[in-house]
Amino acid sequence: MNPEPVGNNTLTVTVCFFARLRENLGMERLTMTVPAESQVSAVLTELASRGGAWTELNSDQPVMMAVNQRMARRSTPLKDRDEVALFPPVTGG
Amino acid sequence: MISIQQADFDSATEYRALRETGSGTGAIATFTGLVRDHGDRSGVTGLFLEHYPGMTEKVIGELIDTARMRWDVRQARIIHRVGTLSLNEQIVFVGVSSAHRQDAFAACEYLMDALKTSAPFWKKELTETGEHWVEQKEADLERTQGWQG
Repeated sequence: MNPEPVGNNTLTVTVCFFARLRENLGMERLTMTVPAESQVSAVLTELASRGGAWTELNSDQPVMMAVNQRMARRSTPLKDRDEVALFPPVTGG
Repeated sequence: MISIQQADFDSATEYRALRETGSGTGAIATFTGLVRDHGDRSGVTGLFLEHYPGMTEKVIGELIDTARMRWDVRQARIIHRVGTLSLNEQIVFVGVSSAHRQDAFAACEYLMDALKTSAPFWKKELTETGEHWVEQKEADLERTQGWQG
């Protein structure tokens, strides 16, 4: 018996936020589901639709993204249980 | 070797370790970055540094791999501090040992330039009137792009 009747129609991903984005959203990470065969853009669109500070994710503001700790882009495909990270341009050194 | 840490570091200790990379080593180049009193704004009293644990180490590891493909690199050492730092404190150390000075200089400069634009660190400047996240600089991106090709 499959204990997860959700089947293959959705993906569950963890999304984490850093720096200015983490502060503006008031959140370090969340878990969300998106349709199967989604790309990173689905995460951005879904979160931006929450309104308020979240709209920054789908605006002119530059947002960098990583999937499983590798730099990614809006068109990067997602798999179940991927870790998506969203953050402002980096400023170390 | 890569270290991301809150603790300060001793560049003399790091230099000594780079010297011990074998009799073929003819040059060592090191760079140390410090907290200064002006950045995006004046009157900076300190910095807060955040990073993405795990990804930071992966990205820097790949930068070192790239440096090894381009230059003679015996040993590369990168230390980057995180957390709250005061004026004049050390932020980052890059050290490269090589057979020749040209390779040591170039690899050290490349690693520092590329780290600034690709490793997931974020700086917040603390001032007496408030705090603000530092913006990425076009000039830094151009320096990194200058190493391509």
